[in-house]
Amino acid sequence: MASKKRAVPEINAGSMADIAFLLLIFFLVTTTMDVDKGLLVKLPPWTEEKSEEQDIKEKNIFVVLVNAQDQLLIESEYATLEDVRRLTKEFIDNNGDGTCEDCRGLRDPASSDNPGKAVISLQNDRGTSYNTFVKVRNELLGAYTELRNELATRKYGRDYESLSEGDKEEVNAVYPQFISEAEPVQVGG
Amino acid sequence: MALIKKKKKAETPPLSTASLPDIVFMLLFFFMVTTTMREVTLLVKLKKPQATEIQKLERKDLTTYIYVGAPKNAELGSEPRIQLADQLASVGDVQQWVILQRESINEAERTKFTVSIKADVDAKMGLISDIKQELRKAQSLKLSYSANPAASAEELYKAY
Repeated sequence: MASKKRAVPEINAGSMADIAFLLLIFFLVTTTMDVDKGLLVKLPPWTEEKSEEQDIKEKNIFVVLVNAQDQLLIESEYATLEDVRRLTKEFIDNNGDGTCEDCRGLRDPASSDNPGKAVISLQNDRGTSYNTFVKVRNELLGAYTELRNELATRKYGRDYESLSEGDKEEVNAVYPQFISEAEPVQVGG
Repeated sequence: MALIKKKKKAETPPLSTASLPDIVFMLLFFFMVTTTMREVTLLVKLKKPQATEIQKLERKDLTTYIYVGAPKNAELGSEPRIQLADQLASVGDVQQWVILQRESINEAERTKFTVSIKADVDAKMGLISDIKQELRKAQSLKLSYSANPAASAEELYKAY
């Protein structure tokens, strides 16, 4: 018997690149690299009965009303989207009773007592467009972000985002976020 | 000089393609790792609003999406509808569905469960508010209004 040791033929690796390309193109086509981003919001827990009247002074509530025509009414006065951020900041930072040492507000006695008591109430109509709602919500969040940033710069000389967790909490304690989204009503239209 | 005299025909050596598979494999692995398959087919028209104060949703597995917009199928009218997973649904279905989605994730991480509302710019707040009420009933209180990043705040005012 001719039992000569046969040499195993080498596998041709030339087509390996083709196979890899095929896979690569498949993943290139199916891939979607969208990261979902959005305005993070916390809803109040559900209660069966009408929410009980809370004891909040009228001057500590900042009412932003958006009607079905996407028009804005802030504290009973017409306003545009550009005004929202500025007015909100003035309201939060007002520091009417002087207990907030880090605030730089106007100390108007008719406006909020301190940022810990200031509540922003966003009210909208059922006919308000989602686009406008998100923009207004964005401005309200922006007002808090700006105030926190300003405080972080004053206190630590850095941006809020670059602070450590502990420092962030300290800043948050000065400017806690109270934004309430009221259940919609038929404001008109 | 001997060195200069050595004037052979200058032949360009053939480019070695031996490392080509390696390069391609590297790219392949990158895309394999970063890829996420499209989970649902959108049945509604979706043009997300723009915003500046947006935050990234870190954990996709802890997030559930609710799509709101006018149906792509014109026969279903132009009124914005809710899409849960792969089908259109009504407001009444939201609560049950969200509870089911939350049950499906690990108990230890259930508190981080977030619902992301991906709604069209033309949707009305009436429908969104109804969804919000259903989420509150389902005790699912973390919510995200999905939006695309805007370059600056001024850009938002212009479109207003």
